Amino acid sequence: MKKIRLAATAAALLLSLGTAVQAQTTLRIGLAEDPDILDPSMARTYVGRIVFSAFCDKLFDIDEKLNIVPQLALSQETSADGKTLTIKLRPGAKFHDGEPFDAEAAKFSLERHLTFPGSFRKPELASLDHVEVVDPLTIKLVLKSPFSPLLAQLTDRAGMMVSPKAAKAEGDKFGLHPVCAGPYKFVERVQQDRIVFEKFADYWNKDNVFIDKVVFQPIVDATVRLANLKSGGLDLIERVLATDIKDVRADSRLKLSTAIELGYQGITLNIGKDKAKGPLSQSAKVRQALDWSIDREAINQVVFNGEFKPGNQWVNPDHPYYQSAFPVHGRDIAKAKALLKEAGVTPPVSVDFMVPKGAETEAVAQVVQSMAAEAGFDMKIRVTEFATSLKQAEAGEYQAFMLAWSGRIDPDGNAYVFLHSNAPQNYSAWVNADADKALDDARLVSDMAQRKAIYGKLAKVELDEHAILYIYHRRIIIAHTTRLEGYKQMPDGLVRVVGLKLK
Amino acid sequence: MLNFLARRIAQIVPTLFFVSVLIFSLQQLLPGDPALVMAGEERDPAVIAQIRQQYRLDRPLPVQYAWWIKGVLSGDFGESLRIKVPVRELIAQKLPVTLQLASMAILIAFLIGIPAGIVSAVKKGTAWDYGANLFALWGISTPNFWLGIMLIFLFSIELGWLPASGYVPLGEDWRASLAATIMPAFVLGNAIAAILMRHTRSAMLQVLESDYVRTARAKGLLERTVILKHAMRNALTPVITLGALELGTLLSGAVLTEQIFSIPGFGKLIVDAVFNRDYAVVQGVVLVTATIYIVLNLVADIAYILVNPRLRG
Repeated sequence: MKKIRLAATAAALLLSLGTAVQAQTTLRIGLAEDPDILDPSMARTYVGRIVFSAFCDKLFDIDEKLNIVPQLALSQETSADGKTLTIKLRPGAKFHDGEPFDAEAAKFSLERHLTFPGSFRKPELASLDHVEVVDPLTIKLVLKSPFSPLLAQLTDRAGMMVSPKAAKAEGDKFGLHPVCAGPYKFVERVQQDRIVFEKFADYWNKDNVFIDKVVFQPIVDATVRLANLKSGGLDLIERVLATDIKDVRADSRLKLSTAIELGYQGITLNIGKDKAKGPLSQSAKVRQALDWSIDREAINQVVFNGEFKPGNQWVNPDHPYYQSAFPVHGRDIAKAKALLKEAGVTPPVSVDFMVPKGAETEAVAQVVQSMAAEAGFDMKIRVTEFATSLKQAEAGEYQAFMLAWSGRIDPDGNAYVFLHSNAPQNYSAWVNADADKALDDARLVSDMAQRKAIYGKLAKVELDEHAILYIYHRRIIIAHTTRLEGYKQMPDGLVRVVGLKLK
Repeated sequence: MLNFLARRIAQIVPTLFFVSVLIFSLQQLLPGDPALVMAGEERDPAVIAQIRQQYRLDRPLPVQYAWWIKGVLSGDFGESLRIKVPVRELIAQKLPVTLQLASMAILIAFLIGIPAGIVSAVKKGTAWDYGANLFALWGISTPNFWLGIMLIFLFSIELGWLPASGYVPLGEDWRASLAATIMPAFVLGNAIAAILMRHTRSAMLQVLESDYVRTARAKGLLERTVILKHAMRNALTPVITLGALELGTLLSGAVLTEQIFSIPGFGKLIVDAVFNRDYAVVQGVVLVTATIYIVLNLVADIAYILVNPRLRG
């Protein structure tokens, strides 16, 4: 009898072990590229941000409506003069190495972003003068001058907190074994193959973490990525092609999750650096003519099956900062021709149109080319590899340049660096005092209505002068198996793993 | 023999030096600025200037070359600009993957190509011959990416037998590893099999018409013995050399196939590095593959001499 009981206990134990092993759940995510280094100070790719969101919590996060919500912070308060930002921190949070997350750690992280050699966060935090520890759970950010986009910066990599102990020990190799305070902790990485994370037992929000492991796998080819999802090799994939949407919808085991991107796709027009001094750079009327010759909705229908969103500003039409007084207009060839005539230009207007290599961009460029041809433009498409195109854009060796921007939460991040006369990425070399003033003023005020009114002034001059012809906003398209529950797509395109369940 | 070996090895050193200078200077001709590519979307001039300084991109070319070659000679290939991992480590990580894939592909190529070549030569002018030729034509003219995607659709999505992509190290789980590499190995092997089949066929046809084969037949030997023992041995020598050269090419990475099946080998490493202007990685990988190629060539030459005493001279 005793033996039987023993055997039964052993069997039960084995069974329970078996189920425990089975209950181990792994979320496998297919990425479109291999991320760069996983150090929040040195990272610089969009795909890297997707991975960070699984293991590196930030002071703040965003919700579906782009409101800024606390994450490792509890609350924040901006002083009346806009020069200090006081942040209360979440008590009891820990880093993956067991170190406590407190005011000292937050100060360390911010200072590391600001001073570490090779840090890409320096420009994002340039407004920050210094950080003070008020008490163990409160920090005060003292600014050189008021800078309202700062809070939005803290919802991204500049707001990511790293373990001071690990960061000091690892130096510039920290990204090879990153230690943060997010829901998952780093296990291993095999370049171009996989990045593995496991659940962090002491996570501050651990009750909402249901999956044991997360594995990211870079698979460059979109068709193969989808094939892996269909065959069950992956549970979720990012950057599904717009042309594959139908296919995903037809599969009952798959689900789509989408949101319009924060970024934009546009054509930068060379105004100040055009060596050939072509009509496009010399006259705003010629640029307006080009604008009127383009049918944005038709591009969306022809190239993207109508899945994307036509646009004409640096933020998409659903964004809280979109200026609805300047809606996307249709196509008017007669008007375009009249504008060319007014400008005193005889068609065809030849334009050196630099287009970075890529199926989507090239297709859009061809449609723009044929549309503009009817108004009298001869857009000579020059397909160029991306790294080369950037170099040539900097040197001003182009007249029109198809350039995309992945987008930032605050409108400042989509406008300032491209449109301000002193900004590093103002490839158009556009100089306009009114635009500069609007861009500078918008940084000084925090009140949304006031800021929106200021950006209205910018929209008026930009849509008249056209340093950039904004064309459309892509849809962020994520596909996942129906086994995955609770997935919501945020407009920043990142994959948030907290709250997800695998059936 | 020793003399020959010494001469060949002495040739390797200047060849590799020449290769190293060539890689270094050629990639400087690549348009685009590595610092700018590295900066990604954060193109702040101060940050870019710092990257240039940190990686000596602001120094004159000969100085950059001297720094690099000094490191290489002491076994340090530098560090990836993009991910901060030592290049030596990346190579050590990818080489076994490529080695496995290449060996499997060449094995598949030999297993298909040689029997098909022999059969079509022996049964010249019959349906067998036409069938084998058709297969060769198909193998040579089918693009790798197309065949790869078709295989994925059939075996991964429709039948669900094999994983669509990814890689499992041989030491970790050999079954899973073979399952993950069999499709890409077949895609690579298939194209080479076709080439091997054509060469085996023509070599066999030539040998079968030679005097000693006629003598063997006249002696009354079994046809099977004549073909397998007498004719095949001689016919295969050039085919094996060809196979060794194909193996060398495979070892330098099968870019497209690795991309489609997400096999983290040399091909994927170098393509990513070129697009990201990750110079140190490009230089390291090319130098290593050049060395492998040269060594394989040497091995093929030695094998040739061992097989054919007439060349020993």
